[in-house]
Amino acid sequence: MKFALMVSEGPYTHQSSDTAWQFAKAALESGHEIFRVFFYHDGVNNGTRFTAPPQDDRHIVNRWSELAEEYGLDLVVCVAAAQRRGIIDADEAKRHGKDGDNIAPGFRISGLGQLIEAGIEADRLLQFGD
Amino acid sequence: MSEPTVKRFMYINRRAPYGTVYSVEGLEVALIGAAFEQDVCMAFIDDGVYQLKKDQDTSATGIKNFSPAYRALGDYDVTRLYVEGESLQARGLTEDDLMALTYEDEDDDWAEKPSIRLVSREELSGLIDQQDVILHF
Repeated sequence: MKFALMVSEGPYTHQSSDTAWQFAKAALESGHEIFRVFFYHDGVNNGTRFTAPPQDDRHIVNRWSELAEEYGLDLVVCVAAAQRRGIIDADEAKRHGKDGDNIAPGFRISGLGQLIEAGIEADRLLQFGD
Repeated sequence: MSEPTVKRFMYINRRAPYGTVYSVEGLEVALIGAAFEQDVCMAFIDDGVYQLKKDQDTSATGIKNFSPAYRALGDYDVTRLYVEGESLQARGLTEDDLMALTYEDEDDDWAEKPSIRLVSREELSGLIDQQDVILHF
């Protein structure tokens, strides 16, 4: 089965990104394909490498990055949602005159078309959020 | 060349237009998604019916009134906006309280037609069953 995932909520505030990560990991380990994980609304906050949770808690952002590294998972942060919330890569930082970037390894910033394409290409698009 | 894939997309809107960002960012998905030439419709249930309320005025809140953007949907070939009658009724609203959203029907000499279609909960349930991709906001 070819899945696509949409994560609609931010990390830690909401469990949906944990659930999405657990689903992605289980699906990949079972030999399924994940076409893309698309982060929207506050879900874009899953993609900042400046996240520094207490050591006895899970590191949600690093977990996504590690999954991307291991499986070549495509993690896409919506550009419009990201701009509103201060999630930014080097190119965007330059374009907007910001003094740094914070996108985490394995994530990339792109447009909403990537979500629609995921809906078209995948057998199932699953949304994780309220 | 194989035919391009056309899937049935439904965007289900079930939250009030203001108070959270979901509605305005959901509308952005519908407008951007229209460029992909899929079979797109939208549904409005629960507090989502307030998104289509006419005469919205957010001036006292400092938050942008984005309701005029719904008028663009018809031009983007998003011509089916299903509004659940039970949700309207529960909120003391009728179709007359909603914006008169229209589209031009290219199969009928570009006649202007209403985009809003009042449906029952049962009818909407059947429509949801027919979809390939459902996103909710």
